[in-house]
Amino acid sequence: MSASNGTSLNVKAFIKKYTMVIALVVVFIFFSFLTEGRLMLAQNVSNLLLQNSYVLVMACGMLLCILTGGNVDLSVGASLCLSAALAAKLLQIGAPALVAILASLLVGALIGIWQGYLIGYIHIPPFICTLAGMFLFRGLGRVILDSRTISVSNETFLNLFTSYIQIPGLDENKHCVSALIIGIVVAIAVAVIMLMSRVRQKKNGYETGSLAAAIAKLVVIDALIIAYTYKLMNYKGVPVMLLWILVVVLIFAFITSSTVFGRYFYAVGGNEKATKLSGIDPRRVYFWAYFLMSFLAGLSGLLMVARIGSVDGNMGQSYEMDAIASCFIGGASAYGGSGTVPGIMVGALLLGVINQGMSIYGLSDMWQYVVKGAVLLLAVVFDVVSNHKTGKS
Amino acid sequence: MADYILEMKNITKLYPGVKALDDVNLQVERGEIHALVGENGAGKSTLMNVLSGTIPHGQYTGEIIYNGEECTFNNIHDSEKLGIVIIHQELALIPELTIAENMFLGNERKNSIGKIDWNKTHKEASEQMRRVGLKEKSTVLIKDIGTGKQQLVEIAKALSKNVKLLILDEPTSSLNEEDSKMLLDMLLGFKKEGLTSIIITHKLNEVAYCADKITVLRDGATIETMDNPTHDIDEERIIKGMVGRELTNRFPAREHHVSDEVMLEAKDWTVYHPVYTEKCVDKKVSFHVKKGEIVGFSGLQGAGRTELAMSLFGKSYGSHITGQEFIKGKEVHLKNEHDAIAHGLAYATEDRKVNGLVLEDSIAWNTTMARMEKISNRGIIDVQKENKYAAEFVDAMKTKTPSIQQAVGNLSGGNQQKVLLSKWMFAEPDILILDEPTRGIDVGAKYEIYCIMNEMVAAGKAVVMISSELPELLGMCDRIYVMNEGEIVAEFEAKEATQEKIMGAILSSDKKVQEEANA
Repeated sequence: MSASNGTSLNVKAFIKKYTMVIALVVVFIFFSFLTEGRLMLAQNVSNLLLQNSYVLVMACGMLLCILTGGNVDLSVGASLCLSAALAAKLLQIGAPALVAILASLLVGALIGIWQGYLIGYIHIPPFICTLAGMFLFRGLGRVILDSRTISVSNETFLNLFTSYIQIPGLDENKHCVSALIIGIVVAIAVAVIMLMSRVRQKKNGYETGSLAAAIAKLVVIDALIIAYTYKLMNYKGVPVMLLWILVVVLIFAFITSSTVFGRYFYAVGGNEKATKLSGIDPRRVYFWAYFLMSFLAGLSGLLMVARIGSVDGNMGQSYEMDAIASCFIGGASAYGGSGTVPGIMVGALLLGVINQGMSIYGLSDMWQYVVKGAVLLLAVVFDVVSNHKTGKS
Repeated sequence: MADYILEMKNITKLYPGVKALDDVNLQVERGEIHALVGENGAGKSTLMNVLSGTIPHGQYTGEIIYNGEECTFNNIHDSEKLGIVIIHQELALIPELTIAENMFLGNERKNSIGKIDWNKTHKEASEQMRRVGLKEKSTVLIKDIGTGKQQLVEIAKALSKNVKLLILDEPTSSLNEEDSKMLLDMLLGFKKEGLTSIIITHKLNEVAYCADKITVLRDGATIETMDNPTHDIDEERIIKGMVGRELTNRFPAREHHVSDEVMLEAKDWTVYHPVYTEKCVDKKVSFHVKKGEIVGFSGLQGAGRTELAMSLFGKSYGSHITGQEFIKGKEVHLKNEHDAIAHGLAYATEDRKVNGLVLEDSIAWNTTMARMEKISNRGIIDVQKENKYAAEFVDAMKTKTPSIQQAVGNLSGGNQQKVLLSKWMFAEPDILILDEPTRGIDVGAKYEIYCIMNEMVAAGKAVVMISSELPELLGMCDRIYVMNEGEIVAEFEAKEATQEKIMGAILSSDKKVQEEANA
């Protein structure tokens, strides 16, 4: 085989592996031009993640559901509304912030136990069970709200989710040096972790990829982190909500990539019968997928009520679809068994960039739906065609 | 010269790594009942799939001459157009539809604007049902009638297609004696009307009863065609054709490792079907395996061997399971598969693609799946440890793969089987139940798997080997149980067992059942 052939293969493999990342970059550049750079303003960069906090968080749970075999949870938008409504109502009647938070998380957990039990142990098809949940929890949310909009004014509560990290003396509103410092520290930490794992792999005689590729990857990641925090520096600093999102995403990335528990989701989605015969109880796996999903919906309710500042009966409508779309755009298989947290984060960001880019550009709502639909379809068609995955053999 | 309705000449069909059919010839005379016999995997069903167009023209080599013309079928519709209809062992009926709807499925009786003509449908359905002696209304749902009647619906459906050559794949495997006889008599009746039939069956008494000619297939090749003009052919004669091959170094030399310690024992183990809970699949089965012993289970498909193994493996099959299970002399009550693995039991399935492996996952992931405790610490997977184990097993099993990260779905059957065995070896069991461990893999890979089995027993494990291939049971086992219709009907030491004795045991128990039914 000639060298040029080898290179072209490498390029092909690279494109295949990072298709969505490349798409994200292309879309971002495209909208930056279209909006004459407004997409890259510090405020917009900062808001990109915050606006999509619920998608980023719920996509993690949705990934688990989808991994078990392409199953989705339709109820999460409604669960989010119920959790948000409960928190707002409790705060309205004067309950402390902590009580409201715990109550909302508890409701998320209870919904999770309910649906996880029905789906895992009673074998109710997930689609139907969560469709029922969608009506049920939406209705309960409205009952709590009594068809009104409740706004939240509890400072402690709002600060816990929507404030920015600002160090007095060091930071000013338009120039928060702390953000950049945090960014540099994280960038160094990432470099150290990557280096150490590489050294450990070498020591144990485990195969490592090419050094150049590893360095290139590290440089890109660190540059992104520093560039991002630089933007944050110019707009109020590091938002607390970013930390909430990061905690969830990192935990779920760790669970799915590095734990036995996470491996179960892939196994069940890949071949449930073989998994069962390997001594793994698929019922438990389904239970946990839907439990964690609903719990995250509860958490997202808190994030959203804090960000918006009020709750009405329509809050969270079609949020489930955003979470589902992120997963499929991010490379989760529609038949289960494959998909990664970093992948779906890219999917969620891609959707987020498209949304925000279109909003800034001033494209009307209806066209935004058309574009979203087209992107989702394109991503899944690409996935199916490139991997020759089919539902039937 | 004989009037052949069908001649299949030099049919060869290759699957990756396996020669399913090797230069097969089959000649069927007009108006006869022709039986196709052979062991599991001899190529009978493959041959019929070639004939019906399920395996399309171009994917095999050779000629099909039907009514004097060469045929190139691309799908099942092409062959049905000419009156060749195949009825598969697993009935292709839709339970939620009526008899009439099923009968004309894909072939609906329509009026000029394309609306289904229900009057015509039910009238024609009733006519065909009368021909096969099915006394039901054509509006009854398939799920509400028994298997025997469903079989009749299939035949009526074939008749409605104006069948000239009817192929029946194991038509009586799920029928009782009475229904079987009725079905065969009906075929004999149709023969008088000029219908030609090819019947695939394991039940040699049925062959003798109804077939005019018998073609024996073995290892994908035609062995011989026998005449049976007076319908009294000696069954022993057919068996000899089916199994009569020489055993020459197809098995690695074995040392004797059997110790006295009994590793696994079942007493009066009785299992019922998980869905049809009144159907008993294993009746009071008792057996044992000793340390260092390979014990074989012989029998036909549906004899209850897989069901026995899976029900012992943490109740992964069946309902109303009764009886006692002992592991290393202690009675155990295994709750589930995890419990079974924890007690040192392993069950390597007969169907590696459906029940054994996660095809889209890597060799490494599949290898460690049944015992991830070994590669994890507090639930966190040590990927490097996992890869190290996987690489060791790939080496030890001589699995041919570019990398341990390869998805097992991309491997050949033999290599997939090695990954399946790796998975269960990795779980460090004391007792391994291997269900058809060499099914669908080539001779070379078979030999390697036999070597692996020998290593298992040399390492002090007990092995239960379920196989439908008599030669490999004789070549590998220390002791052989013979099962039929859910019961153990014979037990042989390897020294005294022969293929004829085993087949004989199955057939004589069949007769016994038959006599009991008649009495």
